[in-house]
Amino acid sequence: MDFQIALLLGQDGLTNGAIYALLALALVLVFAVTRVIFIPQGEFVAYGALTLATLQAGQLPATLWLILALGAAVAALDGAQALRHGAARKLPRILALNLAVPLALWFLLASTDLAGLPLVAQVLLALAVVVPLGPMIYRLAYQPIAEAPVLILLIVSVAVHVVLIGLGLLFFGAEGTRTPAFSEGTLELGATTLQYQTLWILAISAILIVALYAFFGRSIYGKALRATALNRTGARLMGISTTMAGKLSFTLAALIGAFSGILISPITTLYYDSGFLIGLKGFVGAIIGGLASYPVAAAGALLVGFLESYSSFYASAFKEVIVFTLIIPVLLWRSLTTHHSEEDE
Amino acid sequence: MRSSANDYKNDKRAAARHAPQPVNRKDLYDSFTEETLMKHKKLIAALLLALPATAALADLTVGVTVSATGPAASLGIPEKNTFALVPQTIAGQKVRIVLLDDASDTTTAVKNAKKFVAEEKVDVIIGSTITPASLAMIDVAAEAETPMISMAASRAIVDPVDAKRRWVYKTPQNDAQMSTAITEHMSNSGVKRVAYIGFSDAYGEGWANEFAGVAQARKIEIVANERFNRADTSVTGQVLKIIAAKPDAVLIGGAGTPAALPQKALKERGFKGTIYQTHGVANNDFLRVCGKDCEGTFLPAGPVLVADQLPAGNPVKKSAQEYVQKYEAAHGKGSVSTFGAHAWDAYKLLEAAVPVALKKAQPGSKEFRAALRDALEGVKELPVAHGVFNMSPTDHLGFDQRARVMVRIEGGAWKLVK
Repeated sequence: MDFQIALLLGQDGLTNGAIYALLALALVLVFAVTRVIFIPQGEFVAYGALTLATLQAGQLPATLWLILALGAAVAALDGAQALRHGAARKLPRILALNLAVPLALWFLLASTDLAGLPLVAQVLLALAVVVPLGPMIYRLAYQPIAEAPVLILLIVSVAVHVVLIGLGLLFFGAEGTRTPAFSEGTLELGATTLQYQTLWILAISAILIVALYAFFGRSIYGKALRATALNRTGARLMGISTTMAGKLSFTLAALIGAFSGILISPITTLYYDSGFLIGLKGFVGAIIGGLASYPVAAAGALLVGFLESYSSFYASAFKEVIVFTLIIPVLLWRSLTTHHSEEDE
Repeated sequence: MRSSANDYKNDKRAAARHAPQPVNRKDLYDSFTEETLMKHKKLIAALLLALPATAALADLTVGVTVSATGPAASLGIPEKNTFALVPQTIAGQKVRIVLLDDASDTTTAVKNAKKFVAEEKVDVIIGSTITPASLAMIDVAAEAETPMISMAASRAIVDPVDAKRRWVYKTPQNDAQMSTAITEHMSNSGVKRVAYIGFSDAYGEGWANEFAGVAQARKIEIVANERFNRADTSVTGQVLKIIAAKPDAVLIGGAGTPAALPQKALKERGFKGTIYQTHGVANNDFLRVCGKDCEGTFLPAGPVLVADQLPAGNPVKKSAQEYVQKYEAAHGKGSVSTFGAHAWDAYKLLEAAVPVALKKAQPGSKEFRAALRDALEGVKELPVAHGVFNMSPTDHLGFDQRARVMVRIEGGAWKLVK
């Protein structure tokens, strides 16, 4: 292996690592706030990319019907609950958010020439279709059992994952798609060449990470999420709604997942089920961070990316084995260094 | 699947003809006390009514298991679609097709096969889509003495024809036939050094072994041997290693659209040599995903892929065109894939063998299943979508070199290499 190959592999590892890092951050965020190990995180990657591909083919994405259906279910549940509690004044807001917005989106999509739109508009529309799935899934699957033990939440996650995979096959079919790059071409950089899409991925990942940092450090909602993550009961006593915190964290997770998918779909072919493996690698990163530390999780995800890239050169047949075996020494190290507290079951 | 009022009448006649009923009604009554009987009267009545429907003995019953979901869905879905297009009677005998999905999962495929044998009393099993599932189903089929036609590629499914594999047939070409076609083309075009990159699963390993065998015979050196996963987002590492080995050509052992990933990566890194793919990529989704990076790629394939370009004298031309027209009439132009044609060929085998077996016994009996097995073994010179079947007691695939052609991708379409 000469220097140039090492450089190319490093670049490849960094690109994939950046995506894994984003997903690891989303996983840590969701777990810290809601104690949910969010296995369906990867599905948002596939849904985001495939929805964008459908839009670019000039068709209505089937995910639109999913948010219409889920929106109706959420509106029915929330509406019934509001009426039971005699809070009819909440109804217009519930209906507007869960029924009117998806319907408006439908009319918008149905009335525009989707294939002819500029890429930025297509990306925004794809995000608008996929991201609402996050809070809706939280409302339907997790909110009713928000106080349940971690194990039950994990089992529900598995169920949601299986449902989303099945729907993915139904919506997008078994074959994969690629989307065009944000900007074509390559950049000569000394001994190596960089694709512009790689630069996009690195830049946007960095921007997203900084934005998340600012969000948690500066904004009131970010602080509320942090407070909920630290101490749910304490946060509730301070007037922070844990339901709001849960929905917000799922919205962010869906946004990060869908956007990651849109970022990598120009450099690889994505299938309805490819999100799972990508999400799992982000999960390995999140585990390295103990599902608690954002910087360590991001660094762990980058490590996964590099490990994957270099092992694919040296021993391609054992690549996945090497990546996932990484979890064993990490768990060993964590179990030896952290103090086990009984209340965590 | 297809049940109607007529079925019921047929079933009754059949029930009278065949003495051993699944459940003896008298015993069933005796086992209940008077009170429970009163309580469950409605339920029992419903159960008894339902009994004949589960044992439809007069029709020819075909149990089909395909991988319509899971990793092999892109192969299983066209197969599933094909069974909706096949004729519903064979030699005047009504055919009842029971179609189940095994989700590309070995355990589910075996469960389906057991269900076919125990509950549906099928006369023949068709399936499954993929090799591991088909291999696991062999035991069930052999034990129940029911003929089975697999739509998966590996030679191990039908070779060697032993006590169990007596009952097993398959329709896709062996990997060896296809890899011989590739090495022949390679040595004719002066390729000496070849790099291989394939799936890290049974498909990729199978091709690696087959190819290594035939390449040695033709003095082609394999300079790199890499693996990648169907779900990989990057193959940069493998591709860099391949390019560093300076091969004249690269063979990609993958199936469906994932096989486009190494090819795109090779082009991106400036690889100038010839690229070969396997017949696993022969569907139009591959062309769509791979785009201009696939120009000039060579692959061996079943003749059905280029049915219209076959010379007029080719024995396969007519039978292949028949399938293409049927499928495209139902699913639109350009929708046909070679995988669905394997299902079509399996049914063609039945259409040839069932009339012979009917002379010996009636469907639903052990004798009929044995007769059908013998009849399948006797199929000779049967042109189908993928080639011409010539079965024998030692060959339960029965394809010769007429079952493969070399194809080149030109202008985003498949072109027959003359």
